[in-house]
Amino acid sequence: MGSLRKGLSRTRQSFFGRIAQALGATDITEDTWDEVEALLIQADVGVPTTMMLVDRLRHLGITRADKLTEALKDELRQLLIEPQPLNLSGRTLSVVLIAGVNGSGKTTSIGKMAYRMRLNNRKVLIAAGDTFRAAAIDQLKLWGERAGVPVIAGQPNSDPGAVVYDAVNAAHSRGVEVLIVDTAGRLHSNFNLMAELVKVRDVLRKVVPDAPHETLLVLDGTTGQNALTQAKKFQEAIDVTGVIVTKLDSSAKGGMVFAIQQELGLPIHYIGIGEDMRDLVFFNPTSFVDSLFENGNEE
Amino acid sequence: MFDSLSDRLQDVFDNLGRKGKLTEEDVATALREVRMALLEADVNLKVAKDFIRRVQERAIGAEVQKSLKPSQQVIKIVHEELIQTLGQPGRLNLGGPSPRVIMLVGLQGSGKTTTAAKLALMLRRDGRRPWMVAGDTYRPAAVDQLVTLAKQLDIPYYEEGTRAAPPDICVRGVQAAKDAGASVVILDTAGRLQIDDQMMSELEAIRDRTQPAEVLLVADAMTGQEAVRIAEGFNERVGLTGLILTKVDGDARGGAAISMREVTGVPIKFMGTGEKIDGFEPFHPDRLASRILGMGDMMTLIERAEQAFDQREAEILQRKMLKNQFTLEDFLKQLQQVKKMGSIGQILNMVPGMGRLRQQINIDDEDAQRQLKKVEAIIYSMTPSERRNPKLLNASRKRRVAAGSGTSVEDINALLKQFREMQRMMKMLGKGQMPKIPGMFR
Repeated sequence: MGSLRKGLSRTRQSFFGRIAQALGATDITEDTWDEVEALLIQADVGVPTTMMLVDRLRHLGITRADKLTEALKDELRQLLIEPQPLNLSGRTLSVVLIAGVNGSGKTTSIGKMAYRMRLNNRKVLIAAGDTFRAAAIDQLKLWGERAGVPVIAGQPNSDPGAVVYDAVNAAHSRGVEVLIVDTAGRLHSNFNLMAELVKVRDVLRKVVPDAPHETLLVLDGTTGQNALTQAKKFQEAIDVTGVIVTKLDSSAKGGMVFAIQQELGLPIHYIGIGEDMRDLVFFNPTSFVDSLFENGNEE
Repeated sequence: MFDSLSDRLQDVFDNLGRKGKLTEEDVATALREVRMALLEADVNLKVAKDFIRRVQERAIGAEVQKSLKPSQQVIKIVHEELIQTLGQPGRLNLGGPSPRVIMLVGLQGSGKTTTAAKLALMLRRDGRRPWMVAGDTYRPAAVDQLVTLAKQLDIPYYEEGTRAAPPDICVRGVQAAKDAGASVVILDTAGRLQIDDQMMSELEAIRDRTQPAEVLLVADAMTGQEAVRIAEGFNERVGLTGLILTKVDGDARGGAAISMREVTGVPIKFMGTGEKIDGFEPFHPDRLASRILGMGDMMTLIERAEQAFDQREAEILQRKMLKNQFTLEDFLKQLQQVKKMGSIGQILNMVPGMGRLRQQINIDDEDAQRQLKKVEAIIYSMTPSERRNPKLLNASRKRRVAAGSGTSVEDINALLKQFREMQRMMKMLGKGQMPKIPGMFR
């Protein structure tokens, strides 16, 4: 938990620390509500979710500002889904498909995820499905080396479907338990690239029964309202089952998480909180909300 | 999901239904909607507040022009103020002794390496001699990425792998470029958080030792409220001279651009607009303003059309049409050109006022795309002589084409009917008559 605190300490200080200050032991006025609204908006929580939260809080009949913090915490926590463990056991080969827009942190997250799984004594293999971006394969191979997990790759600009196919074969013959499939970054608004992604998923479906068993969308934690659109479009295209939010060690607040869980019901499995191999941690709604509210003294 | 601002304002004023001067009340009502639209477009809250204040001052008491509705008048003021806030597009400062150094900085994943290559290509097209220096020794394979792109574009580069310190690499890179007679050197640097003190010190060292003419912040157009802090952080530590907005080809409103521009005061210089290496354009404030307000982007549409349609081919086609020599082959060519402009949905989104219509008619992008594909497949399955003369298609040939294209004989009949209809219209056009145009898109 220490590392989550480390990653979120800035978030906490700059944002919810201020809520606590704003909501001192005074009576609630219209200014108080404006303040709550402003703080939520600035955390990228988004206009509709903010309005909904403020509306709910107003109906609670709270009169003292300092009581608002607890109530807001409660409401925020209720918007978050308790993540279930990833559905990656109980069969010979489980497949995780990773997707997201360019630069969201897919390759890095895969490296960290593979490392975590290997530490848990699982036999992992990575498929380098990003054959488009220059040197993406090299990047993934280096992460594979660091994590101690083999990587199956094809030629740059080759068909990602073929790479996936080869990787599944390799996984079977090597007795691999979890295959993680990387894909090229693509904007959700690009029709052709989304169609290509569907094709990769379909190849997986064909060669492994019920695959992919998890389809995780990697979202950049510094993204604003577009994150929700991204999640919707990817969900429509490839039935996303969960989300990884990256770069939460930045000063960004990751507030779009609330809208995504609220509207799409997608659980958040991991959050990325740094550049180190160990800086991918399980998402824990309670400590996520709690640590946002702590008044950190460090830094 | 987002209603465009113009739609919203229209609703507000339709209810009021008044004309003449804008009253304080009109303006207040309208500005509440403007504020929402800005926040939904990821404009920073404080920046939005300041902006609203400026618009308010201009709008109260403003005469509604005869040709405009009150809602349009407000939009006009907002749009103008937005363009002013976004500022004029900045040009690169490339005068002075060669080589000029351009340093790219930004968060992880904002697109620095790709931008370095796009910028180099643009500079070379402008007749300069660019070099690229691989200064990112942290991200695995970042050096390989830069080298791969440089080789693809045949642009000279400097790299030392990942062992040396980035400031040393950059200094030696600039020297190497200078010795080789380069006129511009683009320094790629590792992505970093503006709150990472150690990494920011490294940027200061690179800046101090290479004396760049330009320090450009490369920022993701999808960035949220944090844009302000990111831009402020980089500006305070390394002194920015400009901004480059990436991933503008997505559907984010791009309000972060206003925030960053406001807090740094430096101009936005370029926009990254696509996966391809030439997806890079000078910044257009008017277009971004329209987009932030959800007002469509006519200019981009026109430019895309110009790029997609080969002028000479268009003329040939036109001549053929008029002489009634238009064949299925020409038809196919035309379809492909339309396809190059983007999906139907993308195209419609760029048309002003289409936002609302789109919601109503709910055009299914995938369906339209599938239809186009089907037509393509059918025509491809014909022999060249069949394409030139569809009358050859008897029942047995149609069955063959249907089998070859994975369609049915009915599909082929439908296409041929549509094609005959087109030919008929063209014939009339050729004779100088205006035909009634039946709904092309059902």
